[in-house]
Amino acid sequence: VAVEVGIVAAKALFIVLLVVQVMGLGVFFERKVSALIQNRIGANRASILGFAGLGLVNTLVADPIKFLLKEDVVPAGTDRLFHFLAPLLSLIPVLVTFAVVPFGDVLEIGGRVINLQAAELNVGLLYILAMASLGVYGVVLAGWASNNRWSLLGGIRGTAQMISYEIALGLGLIGTIIVYNSLDLQDMARAQGQLLWGWLPAWGILYQPLGFLIFLVAGVAESKRIPFDLPESESELVAGYFTEYSGSKHLMFMMSDFVEVVLIAVLVTTLFFGAWQVPYLARDGFHFPWGSGLALPSLVVALLQVTAFAVKLVFFTWLQIVVRWTLPRFRYDQLMRLGWQGLLPLALVNVVVTAFVVLVLERA
Amino acid sequence: MNPFVFIVLAVLTVLAALTVVLHRNPVHSACALVVTLFLLSIFFVGLDAQLVAALQVIVYAGAVVVLFLFVIMLLNLQVEEGNVSARPLIATGAAGSIALAVLLVAALRRATSGKATGVPAGFGETAALAERLFTAYLVPFELTSILLLVAIVGAVALAKKGG
Repeated sequence: VAVEVGIVAAKALFIVLLVVQVMGLGVFFERKVSALIQNRIGANRASILGFAGLGLVNTLVADPIKFLLKEDVVPAGTDRLFHFLAPLLSLIPVLVTFAVVPFGDVLEIGGRVINLQAAELNVGLLYILAMASLGVYGVVLAGWASNNRWSLLGGIRGTAQMISYEIALGLGLIGTIIVYNSLDLQDMARAQGQLLWGWLPAWGILYQPLGFLIFLVAGVAESKRIPFDLPESESELVAGYFTEYSGSKHLMFMMSDFVEVVLIAVLVTTLFFGAWQVPYLARDGFHFPWGSGLALPSLVVALLQVTAFAVKLVFFTWLQIVVRWTLPRFRYDQLMRLGWQGLLPLALVNVVVTAFVVLVLERA
Repeated sequence: MNPFVFIVLAVLTVLAALTVVLHRNPVHSACALVVTLFLLSIFFVGLDAQLVAALQVIVYAGAVVVLFLFVIMLLNLQVEEGNVSARPLIATGAAGSIALAVLLVAALRRATSGKATGVPAGFGETAALAERLFTAYLVPFELTSILLLVAIVGAVALAKKGG
């Protein structure tokens, strides 16, 4: 029993560390890719004890230290309890979603076959949606508890936006659920290991291109980032719902933003881009469509899969940050129109068409 | 479910539910409601009803109560002052609670207190629940969806009239 518990703990620790690493890379992209896009150099001057030789790396080390050491200001007239709880309610629900994310197929070690997924849940995808939907309380309570008009406006905007786009987000995923006939992310990942016509990896994007677009747009909107960052739009609301937060609490809000970006990248990778699948790599090694193959031990296969998963994850994190620095912010009416009149009907059409095609194919 | 876990959860749930009713600040009440609903979903997990638990969190904790909070903030409801809880309300509430308690006790007395029989494999999982929902309970299921549709159309009609 102790070994089993240890294995689960190790898997959970691994996925959390993976997410935190990708999040760190996200901050790196945020600094350097934005600088590249805006034709400037970007942060390179942080000096730690007089040493600034590593440029941006110094900044990445100095930033969290700075955040943690700053004074934690709680303004007068705030609701103390909820002012304290809001950052936690924003970060924790997003972090726990990763429990059901598979980061590899199986690892055979000492006669044990370990499924590389921390928690096997029959309702995995719904669990992620349920936990992610609780993140909205962080936003709404931060806005309300701060006793500040800007915060309140930001909180109300954030709530309306997150609820609106959650519907498109969920409906956009129903097509994928119909195709894979499962809610467990590991089942979905394994289903994507098949080959179409003997050579094309059957990744979700081939079955659900429209579902992918809807999910990506709604996902970026859920993470409240440019072009959907109206809850914090700094030119109008200072910093929106987290105006009155400083130090490590402010850091938690920023972290939850980045973790949400990673979560969207994880879901896009897992549902539409083959999860941990490497093309033509099966449990016992490569099987190329032209007939040759390469046998590999289980450990190497697992390592390749985890690496593939991480690389895809980093790519989609990068993509979202490029989007952020490319597009201007929507107006609020445009935002609502896109959600309700654009994405929602498209998602409904996607559900009906997918269901119809699957039905016809099953009958045929 | 482990009896110890059950008792701890049950006490917490009742406390949260009492907070919903007794707290004077509407925002605190709404948040206590979220806690209550979340704890209830843990009970569903304990009853092998994972799907119901997930839906409970998505629909009630994640959406319905958020709308409550949204309305509270838009209307800028303040902490209630003075003695709003008038006697007739207390009397009706007490009578209702007693009636419910009597009903529950009556119902539970008839329940057989034997060893719980094991549930069939796959019970409460998505496939099993969907199987029942789309065969035996298809008509009530579809009727419910029509009811919801009527409610949505009604809400839109009312909103249009106001604007």
